[in-house]
Amino acid sequence: MKTNVAELQVCSPRSIDEALQQRRDIPGLTPIAGGTEVLVWLNDAKFAGKTYQSLHGLAKDWRYVRANKDGTLGIGALATYSDVRFHPVVKERYPLLVESARVTGALQIQNRGTPVGNIANGSPAADTVPSLLVYDAKLKLKSLRGERLVDLKDFFTGYRRNVMTSDELITEIVLPPPLFMPAQQHYRKVGTREAQAISKVVFAGARSAAGVRLAWGSLAPTTIRALKTEAALQNGADANAAWEILQREIAPIDDIRSTAEYRRKVARNILFEFLNKLANTL
Amino acid sequence: MHDDEQSDVQQAAFRTSRRGFLKGVGIASAATVVLPGLSLGQEEAAGTPGLKEFGSGPLEISLKVNGDERKLSIEPRTTLLDALRTKLALTGTKEICDRGSCGGCTVLVDGRAMVSCMTLAIDMQGREITTAEGIGKDPGFAPLVDSFCEHDAAQCGFCIPGILVRSAALLKEIPNPTPLEIREGLAGNICRCGTYSRIFDAVEACAKKGGVA
Ligand SMILES: Cc1cc2nc3c(=O)[nH]c(=O)nc-3n(C[C@H](O)[C@H](O)[C@H](O)COP(=O)(O)OP(=O)(O)OC[C@H]3O[C@@H](n4cnc5c(N)ncnc54)[C@H](O)[C@@H]3O)c2cc1C
Ligand code: FES
Ligand code: FES
Repeated sequence: MKTNVAELQVCSPRSIDEALQQRRDIPGLTPIAGGTEVLVWLNDAKFAGKTYQSLHGLAKDWRYVRANKDGTLGIGALATYSDVRFHPVVKERYPLLVESARVTGALQIQNRGTPVGNIANGSPAADTVPSLLVYDAKLKLKSLRGERLVDLKDFFTGYRRNVMTSDELITEIVLPPPLFMPAQQHYRKVGTREAQAISKVVFAGARSAAGVRLAWGSLAPTTIRALKTEAALQNGADANAAWEILQREIAPIDDIRSTAEYRRKVARNILFEFLNKLANTL
Repeated sequence: MHDDEQSDVQQAAFRTSRRGFLKGVGIASAATVVLPGLSLGQEEAAGTPGLKEFGSGPLEISLKVNGDERKLSIEPRTTLLDALRTKLALTGTKEICDRGSCGGCTVLVDGRAMVSCMTLAIDMQGREITTAEGIGKDPGFAPLVDSFCEHDAAQCGFCIPGILVRSAALLKEIPNPTPLEIREGLAGNICRCGTYSRIFDAVEACAKKGGVA
């Protein structure tokens, strides 16, 4: 069923202060960045509230991808997938992010949708989140009360739940300098078709002498890092032993896109593929 | 933000009228000027300085479409797709899925392809919007249109305006695309009749003949 759009209200702040003031004063205000989730909900009357805050007017402040002098990278709340995917520093240092942006929707979505919207939306199938988890991303959350920095891996608290309070907005994704060489990284999305498909399973991983990262989508109520499997691999576990542990860290379900059984098989195949591919780079 | 929590608040808020709702949160009257160049005839100035708000009533905006500045009166929630089709009678932009998946509603915004069904019209003020009509009348793109005709690329033709718009942008981005680049570049456009091979051939042949200007 469609939402009765005639009842909807949209506000369009022109400054960051105005945006944060609105978040403090107006309850239930749903931010819109690229709108590629929110406008779909309006068609389904799903999750949809009736007051919206279009952040579009803040593009001058928040649409950027910035390589900082200290080696970190900042991705503003309104930077699109295309802004990220074609950015020279991202291409050089964060290949998993380039690959995950490339396989998100299709170009018409990538020119509008934002990685910050992908995170805030909280879908367990979000394609850029595993990549960002591998890179130890942090989020800047801002309200009139101040700003705080939250580790992406601590951001989600349950299915579509997170630590953000109703007066906050995510203003930036911060990526530390990469720990891994491109050849030590691996991304894999398994969907129904190449473009415009939501993942059945999605994986981003990296491994070097410095550490192991295994991040998964669509295998649990949130995107996850498989911390126990990472620790085991770090301590020398082989592929079979790693799979034994990973099995207990994931909780795939049957839903409209796939089955728990298929997801388990694919997760195992991807884990083995990743460990084989990287066997020579350690 | 927690969906459940949020929808509770929202439901409570929306049982009251809009004006009552805004009062409830300390804004004396609903009102607004939203973006530069945008004015709201019928509403008064906001009670809280600096806090701009608007509701579901119509507002006057101006959009630059195919080179012309066009004035229109829309409700803030109106998508660019609806504004183009119902307010500006530019029906070359097709509404097919209305959920970002098919590419039928593709337009160019400052030269980049976007789905107009996922875009609010109010956010597009000050941007250069190009629709299939704009591509059709631009002599620089005539070789592309001709190539679609020569290759008989349309069956029912409903997907073609969106595909034409996306192909036009693609040939600007990559003047000599490989077959794979054409397929990847057009991956966001669905053709229910399945004339893909002719569509891809039309784009490839146009590029080989000198492309678009
Ligand atoms: C056809 C189609 C294909 C798609 N394919 C994929 C895919 O392959 N992979 C994938 O992962 N996703 C996909 N998506 C989903 C969507 O495009 C992404 O999740 C996208 O990143 C959402 O970003 P947005 O800016 O458009 O978000 P919006 O729709 O604007 O917002 C999404 C959520 O984030 C909140 N939000 C946005 N910005 C902020 C902020 N600054 N602070 C706090 N909250 C905020 C919004 O309130 C909302 O809850 C697809 C969508 C469509 C329509
Ligand atoms: S109608 Fe917009 S993508 Fe299908
Ligand atoms: S020609 Fe009919 S949908 Fe493409």
